[in-house]
Amino acid sequence: MADKVWVYIDQFDGEAIPSSWELFGAASKLANEMGGGVTAVVAGADVQQVAELAVHYGADQVYVCNDETLKEFRAEPYASVLSGLASEQQPEVILFPTTSRGRELAAMVAVDLKTGVLPDVTNLEIQDGKVLATRPVYGGKLISKVVCNAQPQLITLRGRAFSPPAADSTKTGQVDPVAASVAEDEIKTKVSGYTESQKGVSLNDAAVIVSGGRGVSNNPSLEPPAGLDESEVEIWRAQEGFKLVGELASVLNAAVGASRAAVDAGYILYEHQVGQTGKVVSPDLYIACGISGAIQHQAGMRTSKVIVAINKDPEAPIFKMARFGVVGDLFEILPPLTESLKARLNS
Amino acid sequence: MKIVVCVKQVPDTAAKVVVENGQVTWGDAPLVINPWDEYAVETALLQEEEHGGEVTVISVGGEDAKEALKHALAMGCGNAILVSDPSLKNADSLVTSQVLAAAIQKIGDVDVVFFGKQAIDGDVGVTAAQTARVLGWPSLTLVSEITELDPGSKTISVERSVEEGRQVVSGQLPAVVSVVKDIGEPRYPSFMGIRKASRAEIPMWSIAEVGVEVSEPVVEWPDLFNPPKQEVVTEIVSGGSPQETAETLAEKIIEEKVL
Ligand SMILES: Cc1cc2nc3c(=O)[nH]c(=O)nc-3n(C[C@H](O)[C@H](O)[C@H](O)COP(=O)(O)OP(=O)(O)OC[C@H]3O[C@@H](n4cnc5c(N)ncnc54)[C@H](O)[C@@H]3O)c2cc1C
Ligand SMILES: Nc1ncnc2c1ncn2[C@@H]1O[C@H](COP(=O)(O)O)[C@@H](O)[C@H]1O
Repeated sequence: MADKVWVYIDQFDGEAIPSSWELFGAASKLANEMGGGVTAVVAGADVQQVAELAVHYGADQVYVCNDETLKEFRAEPYASVLSGLASEQQPEVILFPTTSRGRELAAMVAVDLKTGVLPDVTNLEIQDGKVLATRPVYGGKLISKVVCNAQPQLITLRGRAFSPPAADSTKTGQVDPVAASVAEDEIKTKVSGYTESQKGVSLNDAAVIVSGGRGVSNNPSLEPPAGLDESEVEIWRAQEGFKLVGELASVLNAAVGASRAAVDAGYILYEHQVGQTGKVVSPDLYIACGISGAIQHQAGMRTSKVIVAINKDPEAPIFKMARFGVVGDLFEILPPLTESLKARLNS
Repeated sequence: MKIVVCVKQVPDTAAKVVVENGQVTWGDAPLVINPWDEYAVETALLQEEEHGGEVTVISVGGEDAKEALKHALAMGCGNAILVSDPSLKNADSLVTSQVLAAAIQKIGDVDVVFFGKQAIDGDVGVTAAQTARVLGWPSLTLVSEITELDPGSKTISVERSVEEGRQVVSGQLPAVVSVVKDIGEPRYPSFMGIRKASRAEIPMWSIAEVGVEVSEPVVEWPDLFNPPKQEVVTEIVSGGSPQETAETLAEKIIEEKVL
């Protein structure tokens, strides 16, 4: 009999997105209570090795769809594969990682199967035979418990809210190929590649984040190169500041975040923005440099385990949520902090 | 070109939102247009300026959602429609997208529909993709730039802002597009725009008028509460010099065992 609990493994360029493995801990817990094992689904152009890894992480069965039409992610053909399988096999729950792809797929599968999506969930429990999911709403100002009264219940799990099990390379499971269901000429979009591809650690998966705000441009003692106008000088100063943020981040293997003020001023790309209109993150350590801590910024980082704030202004709201605070100039504090942490981590 | 924008009314981002007796309240903080949807309206207006045509803004909600529609009218949208029906009180995203899709069909001959990335009350972020799926149109979500839109040849090319960078995608019109911040700062409503919007009579469509059979809502919220107060004891780290302060801070961070 088919498993009741499924996980969807998100991949990019043939490699699984790490937060996909976090689904397996939650899935096997649900499977223990609901009966049966865990089935994984992975799709792409060349993802056989992802399917095999899924077995090591705990999948009893894996459906793997390898097809040229799935080389670049497009939600429509991916959703059709998953909807097709699910309407045939009738799982009760499908878990997805909360990535841009995971969210969009869950959305479309919900339409195909006339069911509900519970996105960005931080906790799961079973009550009266139903999955009860916890999700922050209103930018984390409130917490809701939600249920989906149709099947399958489509749930995306927030990155880093669930811990991944250890992979066990001795585990075995069944890997079944499935065919793609939409032909290329029926797909109404074409992907021609990526620009400005992101390097470094992504905010979503990061255990540590170092963020910069408007304060990173505030170092009057730096002498800008000649010939820049006023706004170019500000950007130049900000880049000097973000260099310090970046150096600390690289010592900690951390992602770089930013406040909206820093993004709006053109100091750094929008992809780095943390907050209500940016990314919601929940790292173990969040170091805010030159960020005041406006409520919209808090909405994106409130659930970080340990928050450290470096700010000149002792009244800045960020200090109210910080475990450790330094009232001081980030340009003075960051270089020795980076050195000192580097020395300690290497010893 | 016929353009539609979908907007939702939400409490202001700065509002203190709390649960009292099981009800969400935000005191006397104003209800505003969902901030992400302002970017969608801006995008629609830019496309209208470039290609001509008309922009219709729609919202599914109660009477109070008219404020969001009026904001969009004040920014420069030509028409507004409120879809309102007692049966939509507990609408989930699937129901909302079925209603939006039907309303878009009823408007007819629409080339492109713009959405915000996410509504900041429920933080669901799925309605654009769901509406596209119901319509059977391409879903171009998280768009940070429209590099080309040609109503003549019915094609659109965009950059989508995803984890790995900017995905370059082209597709056929009609299409559903959700936008993110990089698309461009929303304009402020003009004085004339505000005057015009305040006088506007906004047509209301019931479910029967839209002519759609919607599913029963399947997502239920049995419990909603304020998060437990996180008691953080803030420790201000200081020292005789920045060097000393940094050393102490480094030590304390290491002691937290988060590295
Ligand atoms: C609808 C809406 C959505 C929003 N969404 C977001 C969002 O997603 N994310 C977000 O971040 N904001 C968001 N905001 C904006 C938010 O309200 C704040 O304006 C923004 O977070 C402020 O950024 P900041 O802290 O970098 O700048 P500021 O508030 O200007 O703070 C700069 C801080 O740097 C300190 N400083 C200056 N120089 C130094 C120095 N040399 N060393 C140390 N400290 C220094 C100052 O004391 C100050 O506290 C949103 C606002 C609205 C209205
Ligand atoms: N009730 C609604 N009426 C009109 N548009 C909506 C409604 N709910 C959501 N939307 C649109 O869908 C986007 C995503 O919303 P959500 O999926 O609820 O996060 C919003 O930014 C709006 O553009």
